[in-house]
Amino acid sequence: MKRRVDMRVLLGTYGVVVALVLLVAFGWWRYENFLGMFNVMSVLRYNSMFALVALGMCFVIMTGGIDLSVGSTAALGSVAAALGSHYGIIPGIVGGVGAGLLVGTVNGTLVTRLNIMPFIATLATMLAASGAALLLANNQSVSISYETGFMNLGQGNIWILPIPAVIAALAYVAGSVILNFTSAGRTVLAIGGNEDATNMMGLRTERIKFLTYLASGSLAGLAGVILAAQFGAGQPIEGVGWELFAIAAVVVGGTLLTGGMGSVGTTLAGVLLLGILFNMLNFENGMGWISLSAYWQSVIRGGFLLVVVIIQARLMSKEAKHVTS
Amino acid sequence: MSETLSPASAKTARFFDPLDFLARYGTLVALALLIVFNLIFTRNFATLQTLNVNLTQVCTIVIVAIGMTMVIGTGGIDLSVGSIMAISGALAPLIFLGTIFPVGNIGVSVTLAIAVALLAATLLGLFNGWLVAKMRIQPIIATLVLFIAGRGIAQVLTNGNLQVFRVPEFQWIGLGRPFGIPVQVMIMVVMIVVAAWILRRTVLGRQILATGGNEKAAGLAGIPVDRIKLTVYGISGFCAGVAGLVVIAINSASDANLVGLGMELDAIAAVAVGGTLLVGGKATIIGTLIGALTIQLVRYTLLSNGLPEGAALMVQAAIIAGAVWLQQQGRVR
Repeated sequence: MKRRVDMRVLLGTYGVVVALVLLVAFGWWRYENFLGMFNVMSVLRYNSMFALVALGMCFVIMTGGIDLSVGSTAALGSVAAALGSHYGIIPGIVGGVGAGLLVGTVNGTLVTRLNIMPFIATLATMLAASGAALLLANNQSVSISYETGFMNLGQGNIWILPIPAVIAALAYVAGSVILNFTSAGRTVLAIGGNEDATNMMGLRTERIKFLTYLASGSLAGLAGVILAAQFGAGQPIEGVGWELFAIAAVVVGGTLLTGGMGSVGTTLAGVLLLGILFNMLNFENGMGWISLSAYWQSVIRGGFLLVVVIIQARLMSKEAKHVTS
Repeated sequence: MSETLSPASAKTARFFDPLDFLARYGTLVALALLIVFNLIFTRNFATLQTLNVNLTQVCTIVIVAIGMTMVIGTGGIDLSVGSIMAISGALAPLIFLGTIFPVGNIGVSVTLAIAVALLAATLLGLFNGWLVAKMRIQPIIATLVLFIAGRGIAQVLTNGNLQVFRVPEFQWIGLGRPFGIPVQVMIMVVMIVVAAWILRRTVLGRQILATGGNEKAAGLAGIPVDRIKLTVYGISGFCAGVAGLVVIAINSASDANLVGLGMELDAIAAVAVGGTLLVGGKATIIGTLIGALTIQLVRYTLLSNGLPEGAALMVQAAIIAGAVWLQQQGRVR
């Protein structure tokens, strides 16, 4: 019996990786140039921002929380980074990530000190960050400096790899190591599993939760830095709906929204899966057989999310029955 | 003002406790203070026009928030309302403009358009309810599906085009002013009264709060929990459908990219500021109305006194967090 349960958990967790591999294989079989250097690199370059945001979201969700502020934090980060970029690359990065850290600190304080529900606390900071971005940018997009090399953070390459993708990859490696090999990472999962029990064991739940919001904020800020560098300007009204896209990616990646279970690697797979769906739609249109407008991408993404969550719900309920029987 | 299942602690009621008082009536006090402030400092505040401007701006949020209050009362949440608004707002013009099929009589086609749009919105809400009740998917994720797909459906329906129309029979919903009162405000008031009555005086209302208070206990007590959930999501879809029609009637145009954008969070904020518990079990429609009015009046006050949009957003954020924090202080005691 135990082995069958393990199979289900395995499928629930790594199903997304299998799906990703199948999707890529299908694309490679069907479309010329799908795995061509240019396409692969541009998909990676564009989706690295979402990957960073989803990574932070993944940590917050694993503790049973949620962070709705990531989208406007990224917007605020992009404005701060664009303003900082005129003084050099480092001030640009510091500005963006610093803005993210600030929002993360407020989130962490509201959630862990004032005990406001994460959904409401981060809904409030979402508005506040958006307001701060508008004030800082004076209601318009802020051009970055093209002299300091700041734009390389979004548009440059290391060897053939896009720099934003390298940044995102490094962040995921760090995230995976922290989650699996440090006590803080194990505590994150323990909190999501049972916060009271974790507290009684003497683990510092409040501090770890605070740190997850800090991480989510700073990663969103970093995504903002890349956003500014990639599009040449800080965008105070960008980032609308990013939070829900990130949540969708985390869910598709098999992380439970109730917390206590999750994986960094499959979150990345979730981001890539949702990103590639869009990419494939473009290729399909290019083949000339069908002509689906870009509007179909959200319909397809939504349908995909529906299939995933229904499968997950099925797996979960069967698993629960096994445990009780 | 608030409907609670569990009796509030009677002990603290005898003595006047300022924090408890603020926790209960803080939002109402804030609203009163805002009105007084405006009467003194904002020019031309005490006019019918100001009242109409504020009411028409807030009324779609309130209509959506009514359904949201019921969903949140069961311990759920509905992120899809904005997208459902877009679908309802896209469907109606397609029908009364005769894009899908020609209808001779304008009265018939407008009636048909409204009926179809509201039916579609309700069905989508029921779909959410089905995912939550039968498939046992968490409400945030279940309604995230339609949040993402719904706006896409509306865009696909209209091919992303702006639908402009001049159909007075339909636009009466948004522009009509019998006795000087905007029609959409009347719709809002009727919906508030009905919803408050359902929540306070009917079996359904009690069952909604029981489901949110303790789902397992409610189920064991014989309350049809699944059907209750299905119903509230259906109601939420219907409310969103109405709001979508009102928005396009006001604008004389339907833009699937914009109708209802960000509405889910505005509505949730109004519900939370109004004193409805986000974990379920306690819900107040009148509170939601006061919450929405407060947020609206704060924005109006700041913007009409020359503060930039960004600052208004930050103050709005502080009020949401502050109101929820205050309410929690009352509950801890």
